Amino acid sequence: MDKRLERILPRVQKPARYTGGEYNQIIKDKNAVDIRLAFCFPDTYEIGMSNLGMSILYHTMNSLDYVWCERVFAPWGDMYEEMKKAQLPLYALESGDSLSDFDAIAFSIGYEMAYTTVLDMLDMSGIPVRCSDRTELLPLVFAGGTAAVNAEPMAAFIDLFIVGEGEEVNNELLALLREAKLGAWSKKQFLAKAAQIEGVYVPSLYNVEYNADGTVSSISAHDGAPEQVTKRIVADLDASPYPTKPIVPSTEVVHDRVALELFRGCVRGCRFCQAGHVYRPIRAKKHETLVRQGIETLKNTGHENVSLLSLSSSDYRELMQLCDGLLEYCEPRSIGLSLPSLRADNFSMDIMHKLQKVRKSGLTFAVEGGSQRLRDAINKNVTEEDLLNTCRLAFEGGWNSVKLYYMLGLPTETDEDIVGIAEMANKVLHCWRTYAKNKNRGVKITISTSCFIPKPHSPFQWEAQISTEEYLRRVNLLRSSITARNVVYNWHDAETSLIEAVLSRGDRRLADVIERVWRMGGRLEAWTDYFTLERWYKAFEETCTDTWFYAQRERSTDEILPWDMIDVGVRRQHLIHEREQCYASALSPDCRKQCSACGAEKLLKGGRCDG
Amino acid sequence: MDKIRLRFKKTGRAVYISHLDLMHTLQRGFSRAGYALKYSEGFNPHPQISIALPLSVGASSLCEIMDFRLKEDAELSDMAENLSRVMPEGIEMIEAYEPSRKVSEIKWLHVEGIMEYDERDKAEMCAGLEKFFANDEIVIMKKTKRGVGETDIRPAISSVDFMVSEEGVKVSALISAQEPTLNPELLVDALRQKEPRLCPDFAKFTRIETYDAAGKVFR
Ligand code: SF4
Repeated sequence: MDKRLERILPRVQKPARYTGGEYNQIIKDKNAVDIRLAFCFPDTYEIGMSNLGMSILYHTMNSLDYVWCERVFAPWGDMYEEMKKAQLPLYALESGDSLSDFDAIAFSIGYEMAYTTVLDMLDMSGIPVRCSDRTELLPLVFAGGTAAVNAEPMAAFIDLFIVGEGEEVNNELLALLREAKLGAWSKKQFLAKAAQIEGVYVPSLYNVEYNADGTVSSISAHDGAPEQVTKRIVADLDASPYPTKPIVPSTEVVHDRVALELFRGCVRGCRFCQAGHVYRPIRAKKHETLVRQGIETLKNTGHENVSLLSLSSSDYRELMQLCDGLLEYCEPRSIGLSLPSLRADNFSMDIMHKLQKVRKSGLTFAVEGGSQRLRDAINKNVTEEDLLNTCRLAFEGGWNSVKLYYMLGLPTETDEDIVGIAEMANKVLHCWRTYAKNKNRGVKITISTSCFIPKPHSPFQWEAQISTEEYLRRVNLLRSSITARNVVYNWHDAETSLIEAVLSRGDRRLADVIERVWRMGGRLEAWTDYFTLERWYKAFEETCTDTWFYAQRERSTDEILPWDMIDVGVRRQHLIHEREQCYASALSPDCRKQCSACGAEKLLKGGRCDG
Repeated sequence: MDKIRLRFKKTGRAVYISHLDLMHTLQRGFSRAGYALKYSEGFNPHPQISIALPLSVGASSLCEIMDFRLKEDAELSDMAENLSRVMPEGIEMIEAYEPSRKVSEIKWLHVEGIMEYDERDKAEMCAGLEKFFANDEIVIMKKTKRGVGETDIRPAISSVDFMVSEEGVKVSALISAQEPTLNPELLVDALRQKEPRLCPDFAKFTRIETYDAAGKVFR
């Protein structure tokens, strides 16, 4: 261990997150591999180690014998200060080597508030943050994750992006990088070749021009790069690699459990939801595969919990068989089974009773909109009746805490819809009074609201975000409408939502803003401990960036959008149609009832979408 | 089957695993190796596992002791090996056996440490340390259950020797394990308070062996 590190560690909080050495980590001989890859998660160890995608890709990339992929996380503030003081560069956990020793630096970027951390992690390793300042082939800096569906704000910092699921394309890219390294290619040569791999987006191979009003006038590819980069997916999830020997952290992380992914994509098509659109088409794993992988992973990790992941678990066709199969193993061993993202509408009594045998936590429902009209407008197919029926079952079954999630500022929302949220909470409370088995323990109903953020590649990508003042007005309206004492109201602050809205539909010109914020000390900004609005405002001002232009401006549907070179599979026409349906407060059928030919099926190249 | 005792080492990167995290890590290790720990009865059942004399974060040990019970009888001869295979780097099981003595009978700990001096002369420091710890009394301010108070730590040090080594000044000491517990870090604290010029830039300690009141190795 580095002497400097040895002296720092006893002084920082939770040092075990900075040491590596966990069970199931992958150690290779660094002299026996051609490519050393630092897989960076621009957030803390506790968050990154809870991320299933990171765990899957760590194993797929390490399955190449010529690659050693190691993990890197962002240190918490105290560690950060100590490392700076000791001039200790950011290092990878497995080997302890500095990132500057690596051939490739890969980031998994899941949210906009991680952007400044990406810059910081590069800088902590002494690597220039701008692509233009990294003229050599190595280290290659690339990124994937949801942020890649609009890579533009980070285009100046990341050499190339992986669009879509990385299991296959990452390894194709690494094979090419190995060839380039051994053949001493120039960076330019390599990038032009890499752009030929399906799912690889190389920003420097695209010219973007702007109109006088600031909107994009043209996007043109050069050096043979495709006009549009089509998202990569894994067609057969049963056959795709799943790590049954994942790393077991030796210290507490956010999600300390075995995570099983039931399916990718979502049959629902909620109009505000980016994930529901960009993860299409729908592909499910067989329950037999999941049970087998779940048990194997439990044996290999010793975890006490299994969590079933997907965008909407109740839409998994084989949920019953899966729960039965897992419970048979879990129950006698006191292993908990948890099922987040159940929907209020088809949350079945059977499932509830099954889970109840093992563990009973609070229930969470994403209701999103306060009235039926609004829920129809956003295509959130939950009725009040469904919700109350589910609550009744839950209260009868002994649950006594319910969380209701809503968004404020959705297109077409009125004050009536907002007051409707408080009314709904009252009905849930009434339901508890009527049906709860044991009222002694009381009940807790929590309402949470966040400010709606229009996202690229969703039907609302053209919509305006409401201003922060308007959001606060709506928050206060809701606050004053809540009368019951057992109802708690939490709201997400408006400022972060504004920044997120700017970044999520941003273009390349935001690079200066992001860099300035980082230079002013911005990092780990997804944490309220570290987020400050002032830095962003200052950077907007210094760069003459108009937040209204990015966040609160409604786009016309014929405007060229900064992310138009990315094809996630869903047709633009489909998004436009869904938006029109919104204004007609009309529901669209979910994929189970009827396929609306959204376009994503083409990614399966002849395969069938499981919608 | 009755109580089982395991002796294990905690070295290398594992020294930064806190006591609480270690308990959890060990539990998972047992489960990976296929041993079912016995749980306590009651409202909030937890595995019956206890580690004697919690080690502070950053300190190594070659002589950790853990007692636990299993749901079913198990072969003891290969248990240490089976568990070592599924532990994180730096946790190594030495042997498993049925204990005949209570951990409260541990009285002394043999610890070794390195005091690192970046710019000072090691030989001079070594001589100074010998002199300082030869005092009959070393009264320092120390946190106790009742707040900060004055304590004489000298009686808790049975013997202490210093030697110049490659990395700094090597310490070897026999210190009281319990009643009172002397954390070896207090040797450095004493210097910081009483003789700052001898206080090292960095120090690290390793527990070597456990002894009973009679000075016999405790098992
Ligand atoms: S192809 Fe059809 S079934 Fe599949 S996601 Fe699109 S709309 Fe749904």
